Amino acid sequence: MTMDAKTITTKQRLAIPRQAMPAQDPAVRTHNFLEVNLGYTPELAQQEALRCIQCKDPVCIKGCPVNIKIDQFIKLIAEGDFLGAARKIKEDNVLPAICGRVCPQEDQCEKVCVLTKKYTPIAIGNLERFAADYEREHGDIELPSVKAPTGKRVAVIGSGPAGLSCANDLIQLGHDVTVFEALHELGGVLMYGIPEFRLPKEIVRTEIDGLKKLGVKFVTNTVVGRSVTVDELMEEENFDAIFIGVGAGLPWFMGIPGENLLGVYSANEFLTRVNLMKSYNFPDNDTPVFNCEGKNVAVFGGGNTAMDAVRTAKRLGAKNAYIVYRRSEAEMPARIEEVHHARSEGIEFLMLMNPLEFIGNDEQWLTGAKCLRMELGEPDDSGRRRPVPIKDSEFILPIDMAVISIGNGSNPLIKQTTPDISVSKRDTIVVDLNTMATSKENVYAGGDIVTGGATVILAMGAGRTAAAAIHEKLMGGSAS
Amino acid sequence: MSKHLRKQLCPFHIRKKTTTPMYKIVSAQLLAENIKKIEIEAPRIAKKRKAGQFVMLRVEPNGERIPLTIAGSDPEKGTVMLIVQGMGKSTRALNLKEVGDTIADIVGPLGTPSHIENFGTAVSIGGGVGTAIAYPTAVALKDAGNYVITINGARSKELVILENEMKAVSDEAYITTDDGSYGFHGFVTQKLQELIDSDKKIDFVLAIGPIPMMKAVADVTRPYNIKTVVSLNPIMVDGTGMCGGCRVTVNNEVKFACVDGPEFDAHLVDFKNLSDRNKHYLPQEKSSLEAFAEHKCHLQQSL
Repeated sequence: MTMDAKTITTKQRLAIPRQAMPAQDPAVRTHNFLEVNLGYTPELAQQEALRCIQCKDPVCIKGCPVNIKIDQFIKLIAEGDFLGAARKIKEDNVLPAICGRVCPQEDQCEKVCVLTKKYTPIAIGNLERFAADYEREHGDIELPSVKAPTGKRVAVIGSGPAGLSCANDLIQLGHDVTVFEALHELGGVLMYGIPEFRLPKEIVRTEIDGLKKLGVKFVTNTVVGRSVTVDELMEEENFDAIFIGVGAGLPWFMGIPGENLLGVYSANEFLTRVNLMKSYNFPDNDTPVFNCEGKNVAVFGGGNTAMDAVRTAKRLGAKNAYIVYRRSEAEMPARIEEVHHARSEGIEFLMLMNPLEFIGNDEQWLTGAKCLRMELGEPDDSGRRRPVPIKDSEFILPIDMAVISIGNGSNPLIKQTTPDISVSKRDTIVVDLNTMATSKENVYAGGDIVTGGATVILAMGAGRTAAAAIHEKLMGGSAS
Repeated sequence: MSKHLRKQLCPFHIRKKTTTPMYKIVSAQLLAENIKKIEIEAPRIAKKRKAGQFVMLRVEPNGERIPLTIAGSDPEKGTVMLIVQGMGKSTRALNLKEVGDTIADIVGPLGTPSHIENFGTAVSIGGGVGTAIAYPTAVALKDAGNYVITINGARSKELVILENEMKAVSDEAYITTDDGSYGFHGFVTQKLQELIDSDKKIDFVLAIGPIPMMKAVADVTRPYNIKTVVSLNPIMVDGTGMCGGCRVTVNNEVKFACVDGPEFDAHLVDFKNLSDRNKHYLPQEKSSLEAFAEHKCHLQQSL
């Protein structure tokens, strides 16, 4: 039963429990690549929205990197104005169907929700997702207004979350925006990294289509640094400013013996084959991937990428799918929701275990990983307790496939071909965090190429900051 | 999984395809059985490419990304030239394309360009379709002022390609065939050994072809300490350095061939590992090709 948003008392609001997200049954979903979370029904969404007590000082907004007017859109949902809610979100966030699904809300908006102390926080992410899905489902996507043309041209390098949000803000301000993408599909990590079962690719395409309708031009199959350089874009193709949002896409390997055996993948390669190239549809799609059917697969790492990879392997038919992590579960950087999902899908968590070497057969196929058991010692610089090897605890974990998911560095192409952009020791681009300006005139950067691997929403926030600074710069301080 | 299930489980699922740009084939010519020269409209790549670089392409929208070395380009016309040997499904599908057809995607130029300088006497060795890959570098070596010797190896006379082109850029040009049906009877390595034995001073060797051939060339030049470069052909996915699928071991270090290569010092390459890794998908490649051949067969029957 839904109460009336206008007459409901605070006491009544607080009495409503947090509404659970309906999901596919684990026994069914481990055999398909369809989305696990099914989304709120309008009734569930309204019920959840009614829990929001509409604080005078909505701290949740400050917890959101792009400052969505959370209290306002939730109020609209509570009142049943779902399209109004979607449009309210879009004033600040261009990709709500995506962010509602993949943001770590528990560390951002939901973390600071005032209900968190005594109750459970409002499911802001679930509601954002609901509003965006509702708008798309009802085919009534309203485009925001675009200001009069400024005559200025901006090139955005990379079509991931940072580039898309930057392009969105710039096109609305009246600039002529062209996005360059190296791959054949737009979306960056949203396309090649995050699996279909967490983020359906058609949703990514639809949200990007909105930008196309606003007038953003997209050029795929163009690797800046190879096909064209930053300098050429400015000098020969007359772009007035450039935003670099190329992400952190250089996979780290562990540097242990046997890493080049057959069956050892980087998470980037495994996920790119499955997500972007759709190798789960082989042979209808041409790209093959390791045949996981009935095999033992281990993913090394404890982040969201590791969860994505191990759950993907399970869906490809792995008999045993392990997460191997050198610390304990409490230190895993992956989202709690994803860990829960993984566990209910039968993923086994092998904690406090460190690989020393990969072992193969005569044909060079992987057969096992020599591992060492660890225990937790004193806290290290990161504040996490440092894993320390247990003496004489070596053993061999029999596996047929390994996925290395220990993080990514920066692709060196831009650095190599644009030497006047300053980079850090870790090859990330150095920027002024207030403007995202690089050391090179009229060149800005944001997202993982600046921070190293982080989140979708932080990249989007950086894209927004850069767009505002680019606008200010191009309009000679006369920007309004 | 069924469409029905898909709809049932995901009510918000929208099945709308975005249009992808297509790239036009402006010329296509069979050079030898199963080897085709194809010119594709790709102005940015044509303008930018240097010897030794490659492209990644997808033939069809559901296709895989495959690496192919750029054999030449015409910046004025805005076209790049590829020479393709039909080996598996994707290369065969590409080889069936004719003038006016399109391919789904082409991206490049990728990889580090060949390091070219005036070495003195440079020997360019191409094995099979590797000759096409060696060709642009042979041209660049000639332009840099080298005395260029080319050795162009094929299994038999019908498979010899680019003979005239190679002759035109070479101070000395040799053809070898395994069966002796044309030119020198034997392998490219035997011809190379002969040149070395004739006390010709060789300063640089470039070898491009099948892995056993490149390894054999490295073994020939190693005792004489002749600088030797090979162009490696590992399995690639993106071709831009984001996955490491193309990783190779060079001087006991892991390198990504798509970004750090594809050319490396032949005396430092772990050819065994490269050869093993290239067998990764053999069963899938075989089944994919068989399904394609069968499909083509049905197609022909229905015509």
